[in-house]
Amino acid sequence: MIKHLRSAADLDAATATLILDTAAEMAALAGREVKKLPALRGRTVVNLFYEDSTRTRISFEAAAKRLSADVINFSAKGSSVSKGESLKDTALTLQAMGADAVVIRHSASGAPHRLAEWVDGSVVNAGDGTHEHPTQALLDAYTMRSRLGRLEGLRVAIVGDVLHSRVARSNVLLLSTLGAQVTLVGPPTLIPVDLPEKLQVSYDLDSVLPDSDVVMMLRVQTERMQDSYFPSAREYSRRYGLDVPRLTKLPEHAIVMHPGPMNRGMEIAPEVADSPRSTIVEQVANGVSVRMAVLYLLLGGK
Amino acid sequence: MAQPRADAPSKIILEGADLSRVVDRIAHQILEKTSGATGTALLGIPTRGVPLAHRLAARIQAFEGVEVPVGSLDITLYRDDLRLQATRALGRTELPPGGIDGLRVILVDDVLFSGRSVRAALDALKDLGRPSSVQLAVLVDRGHRQLPIRADYVGKNIPTALSESVRVAVTEVDGADEVRLIGGLQ
Amino acid sequence: MAYLLKGVSILGGSPTDLLIHDGVISDKTDGNAEVIDAHGLVALPGLVDVHTHLREPGREDAETVQTGSRAAALGGYTAVCAMANTSPVADTAGVVEQVWRLGREAGLVDVQPIGAVTVGLAGKQMAELGAMATSAARVRIFSDDGFCVADPKMMRRALEYVKAFDGVIAQHAEEHRLTEGAQMHEGEVSTRLGLTGWPAVAEEAIIARDVLLAEHVGSRLHVCHVSTAGSVEVLRQAKARGVRVTAEVTPHHLLLTDEKASGYDPVFKVNPPLRTAEDVAALRQALLDGVIDVVATDHAPHAVQDKECEWAYARPGMLGLETALPILLSVFGEKWDLIADRMSVAPARIAGLAGHGGDLTRAGTPANLTLVDPSARWVVDPGQLASRSRNTPYAGMTLPGRIVATFLRGEATVLDGKVVK
Ligand SMILES: [Zn+2]
Ligand SMILES: [Zn+2]
Repeated sequence: MIKHLRSAADLDAATATLILDTAAEMAALAGREVKKLPALRGRTVVNLFYEDSTRTRISFEAAAKRLSADVINFSAKGSSVSKGESLKDTALTLQAMGADAVVIRHSASGAPHRLAEWVDGSVVNAGDGTHEHPTQALLDAYTMRSRLGRLEGLRVAIVGDVLHSRVARSNVLLLSTLGAQVTLVGPPTLIPVDLPEKLQVSYDLDSVLPDSDVVMMLRVQTERMQDSYFPSAREYSRRYGLDVPRLTKLPEHAIVMHPGPMNRGMEIAPEVADSPRSTIVEQVANGVSVRMAVLYLLLGGK
Repeated sequence: MAQPRADAPSKIILEGADLSRVVDRIAHQILEKTSGATGTALLGIPTRGVPLAHRLAARIQAFEGVEVPVGSLDITLYRDDLRLQATRALGRTELPPGGIDGLRVILVDDVLFSGRSVRAALDALKDLGRPSSVQLAVLVDRGHRQLPIRADYVGKNIPTALSESVRVAVTEVDGADEVRLIGGLQ
Repeated sequence: MAYLLKGVSILGGSPTDLLIHDGVISDKTDGNAEVIDAHGLVALPGLVDVHTHLREPGREDAETVQTGSRAAALGGYTAVCAMANTSPVADTAGVVEQVWRLGREAGLVDVQPIGAVTVGLAGKQMAELGAMATSAARVRIFSDDGFCVADPKMMRRALEYVKAFDGVIAQHAEEHRLTEGAQMHEGEVSTRLGLTGWPAVAEEAIIARDVLLAEHVGSRLHVCHVSTAGSVEVLRQAKARGVRVTAEVTPHHLLLTDEKASGYDPVFKVNPPLRTAEDVAALRQALLDGVIDVVATDHAPHAVQDKECEWAYARPGMLGLETALPILLSVFGEKWDLIADRMSVAPARIAGLAGHGGDLTRAGTPANLTLVDPSARWVVDPGQLASRSRNTPYAGMTLPGRIVATFLRGEATVLDGKVVK
């Protein structure tokens, strides 16, 4: 088993599949009367959050607690972090506290890589800058697999602000590892200029939809408009928003995903977000199972 | 516990038809002790306890026409030796559709040794429901208990040395039925 | 003090004896000269760096004129040009004279201050370039390095103004609107690492503009740390047209690529950023062709806390003085004429440093020289460097060539690989 989960690139196909299979067992256990499992009793998991993300923190916290780990939340607010203590000094503190795993969310790309050099425990990337968010990609893959039965050969369109999206980066890596075909869709300003050759790129959402099994809509921040990535929210939404007419262009079986939080009316119409094809609520539930699987596999053995 | 080396000498204890006869015997014992296996469920402990539980259910059905619900109970997350080994993959936990509350649950495992697996299984079971009673069926009891645990149904007692190990193979998992004693024959 | 270098090889030539007497190369004899067995050692004119950050005044925790001078002497340098982005900024005669005086006090290399082009490097108001030129520091190179002189009108005026005292504007070419938030070279690696890209065109666009401006007003332009193949092409064409432009490349841009960012260790963060293997190849060829005139270190010491942090928060820059010559040897091999020209003769000419980069075979040449053992191999250990900082990107690398001795106007500053004072 790997020691850290810093990037989806840390996972080969066998390890990624093991995580998804383990998550499925965890999900099966979630419905029971007693939700706590004793596997990580005596282990300490620290949630080190430099960015506000209640959803992700709660998801990791629930996962760690269901496995009976001790959880310490170390958030930027009201701690020494906000007083300008360096990441290295914080790492040494966590080390002294005996953290077996540190779940880190940080606005700087690569912060988990730095942290892993300074602590002995496992480091789990819960989102770093515009780099990656590997557990999001795992829960997305889990959701696709449970809805569509497979990942190999799936045609996945990732639509929107690919340039700044850590979700997109992790999904591209993981889905490629697991044999899915990814097409990136968005305005050219929001697609990176240099991409690995195997990736498909399209600037035309309508032409991609009929050949997609999965459409993953990315959150688009309106600040991008001020920075001239696109002229207006209206134009963006007309060209790249998923509305009801576009939904009908998808094959019957196709699903619609969104990592949240959504800008309803911008990249996704409310009717689409609430349609039976949308997996948005499932994604949240699956997040806990997937994170339980990750924590168990990183910390459950010697 | 020291494991014998892979190339250690070994001896076959049970094979093919012998193993089937042992399963038949356990099935008969269960019918006898549980007055016809009513109100009973079988829970196999992965990996090889699960096919054994299914075989027992099939034999009971064949002998008496009683349908006994079967499930599986993975104990990995409840083991007390998780940290001593590399991370283990999880097995499946699948209760019978009606659950286990109020039933007599018979845990099925391949080998009874220290008793720690059974203890973990009892812990797992208590998080899953409230059976009226719990019994234990094993294909092989090789002794060396570390806990006050005994089996209600034993296919075969095999006295062993601690340096030896017992390996059970079943057709569903391994492609053949066989019980082998490994090591310690010099 | 006189030194007799027995059996030394001047620029790789056959062994000869070289007498240093009264601060110059001498063709006389001196029975009292200290004899140095220089068999197997190569004599080069003392190296000249047109781009060094000594951090004093202001960040003496990262480097001082004294520690930077030691590092320079150990690297074979006899002169360094100290960049103006200190605190306070070297934008007045007072500050440049302070730096110049500190250099004299250290006495290990000639520290030639560079003056800021604009007040506070802010790009708004021209600094008193004339006052700096006529100060004791006799400033000839002016640069806002760290920042680009972005305003084309300001750049034009500065280029014109310094003609009065034969000055040169050294431009840090970076179109800042294209590099907002930039962390590394924009390319496949930046896409993978999720770090905001610094596109090559941001450098090339400014160089293209500036050579046109220099051509228009007939002024001298020097381009700092050229880092892309596209910049090389712009320079090649400008030089072919006769534009008075010179250019430098750093050792790190001749050796390292953007792949080094993969582990997010900010020791590899530098501005301009490490580029691709194709850029490295083009820069090497340009240095061989003379399209790029000189190697400059852009020696940029940083305190530990400014590098032991997240990549995005780290300051850009790398140490260079003590490793420059070994890096050149490892990239080009023992091309002594090339090394002497690009690391001593041409930089001395650009910086207007008479007395440096002289001909060691001629009697009367000021004795600014360094002795290199080309057969020595050494492992870079950040803790062993003379610089006050540790941010070398070459830690753990085995490099060829060790500086054995350095002489400044006939006085040894380094002997047996150790600083004399
Ligand atoms: Zn610069
Ligand atoms: Zn510089």
